Amino acid sequence: MSELKSGSNLEKILNAGHFAFTGECGPPKGANVDHLNEKLSHLVGVVDAVNMTDNQTAVVRMSSIAGSVLMMEKGLEPNFQMVCRDRNRLAMMSDILGAYAMGIRNMLCLSGDHQGFGNHPEAKGVYDIDSMQLIAMVKKMRDEGKFMNGEDIDGPPKLFIGAAANPFADPYEYRVFRLAKKIKAGVDFVQTQCIFNMEKFRDFMKQAVDMGLHQKCYILAGVTPMKSAGMANFMSKFVPGMDIPEPLIKRLRGVAKKDQSEEGIKFSLEQIEEFKEMEGVAGVHLMAIEWEHRVPEIAERANVLPRPVVD
Amino acid sequence: MIVGNLKPLEEIVASIADYKNIFVLGCGGCVSVCLTGGDRQAHELATDLNHIRHYKAGKPKFNVHTVERQCEPDWLNTYLTIPENTDAVLTLACGAGVQTMASIFDSLPVIPAINTTFMGSNVEPGVWQEMCQGCGDCMLGVTGGICPIARCAKTLFNGPCGGSSNGSCEVDQKIPCAWAMIYYKLKKTNQLHYLMKVREPKNWQPAGGAGPRKLVRPFNKPL
Ligand code: SF4
Ligand code: SF4
Repeated sequence: MSELKSGSNLEKILNAGHFAFTGECGPPKGANVDHLNEKLSHLVGVVDAVNMTDNQTAVVRMSSIAGSVLMMEKGLEPNFQMVCRDRNRLAMMSDILGAYAMGIRNMLCLSGDHQGFGNHPEAKGVYDIDSMQLIAMVKKMRDEGKFMNGEDIDGPPKLFIGAAANPFADPYEYRVFRLAKKIKAGVDFVQTQCIFNMEKFRDFMKQAVDMGLHQKCYILAGVTPMKSAGMANFMSKFVPGMDIPEPLIKRLRGVAKKDQSEEGIKFSLEQIEEFKEMEGVAGVHLMAIEWEHRVPEIAERANVLPRPVVD
Repeated sequence: MIVGNLKPLEEIVASIADYKNIFVLGCGGCVSVCLTGGDRQAHELATDLNHIRHYKAGKPKFNVHTVERQCEPDWLNTYLTIPENTDAVLTLACGAGVQTMASIFDSLPVIPAINTTFMGSNVEPGVWQEMCQGCGDCMLGVTGGICPIARCAKTLFNGPCGGSSNGSCEVDQKIPCAWAMIYYKLKKTNQLHYLMKVREPKNWQPAGGAGPRKLVRPFNKPL
């Protein structure tokens, strides 16, 4: 066990060597707090932290800081997401300070889906800095207590710094080096893109372990249960950076429509079992999109309950 | 070169509706090379505009002419005479040319006929590709001669994002991923170490972040 950087629950769990289990929740498309609370209520006591997405797929929603704060009121720990698409470095640093002051302790640094995908494709994407530079900026703010320009921060934000890793994007041979670069920039943990191609992920993890990356950064494997063969088909065709092997789509198609969601969950459970044993994997990040109410059941069947408590 | 594209005819018609004698002015520079605003296109545009059906209150008269480079005051001051009764200039030059015209002939309305789109090159017959955004601090030396500012949809500095797929950008399968191209080019030239370095955030001041840019160069003495 090493000294804690942020003292977040997620950090403590990983630092103590437990297999982490994180969830995800999108803020409402409006100020409907009841809807958000309903979704969050399913996750209490079931996961170690919950990602609060930041205008995901470039669709405007309640801010991820506000969503994170509302989440804390429900007794959940947020993993506050920030994308480079919507803010310049000034807005980012001020939001990071605000988030920390409100009690947020985990942060995920992302490039963000291009604005062209979302509901305001006419918007100007900011991209003042990229996700790599965002990681380095948060690290500098935390460890050196300095803004990007070198000025002192009055009360540095002690955040547990996360990022995404997509082993399935191209060029594949560069992907592990991109992870290494994020570690160099200062990332403490990564959550991978949803994994469906297990063969490729095994190979990716082998490379990461051979380079010793798992000792420098916690790697959480991304899992998304498929609700139907149709969803698998849609994701493989329209979601950028997704790698969904044909046999999985076939497997889902192979059962009656009403049983496809159960088949999807079964596949996720098989994956989670394998990740528990896979060298270098420190936990699972479950992205059950608009399926929060199924998370307790998945956690139960994956044998990850009760969640450990670390002081 | 600077690449432009002709505005829709209806938009041009609407913008000249108030005038009777219009001077249509092509440019022999970049927009001529990209087949948008040269002498030939200026004549074609005047022919297209010369249909009575476009106009409610009578058809304007068009005079067509082309200067070598509209962005150079010398060419305009020395070689350009505008017909006397002209009441508006419709120019097919890029934004720089339009503005130079507007400042020299400052008593006349000057109307753009093209949309200036980007700095690019002619990558295959009939195809122009954006290449540079004039960021004022060129990094092509470490990116294999491929510009991530102009050619990566997110202007990333540290390699391909998670949306890069089969060599294409997440934004559109028809757009190549700049960072995938950079990777393969650096691999070919044995310079992959450039991609392993974490690049510092860009200083956007030379890119225009410090306000409008200007270049001042002392005159060279004659040789
Ligand atoms: S790095 Fe800057 S100057 Fe160089 S090609 Fe790209 S935009 Fe142009
Ligand atoms: S896919 Fe490639 S070009 Fe497109 S935004 Fe990502 S890195 Fe840039």
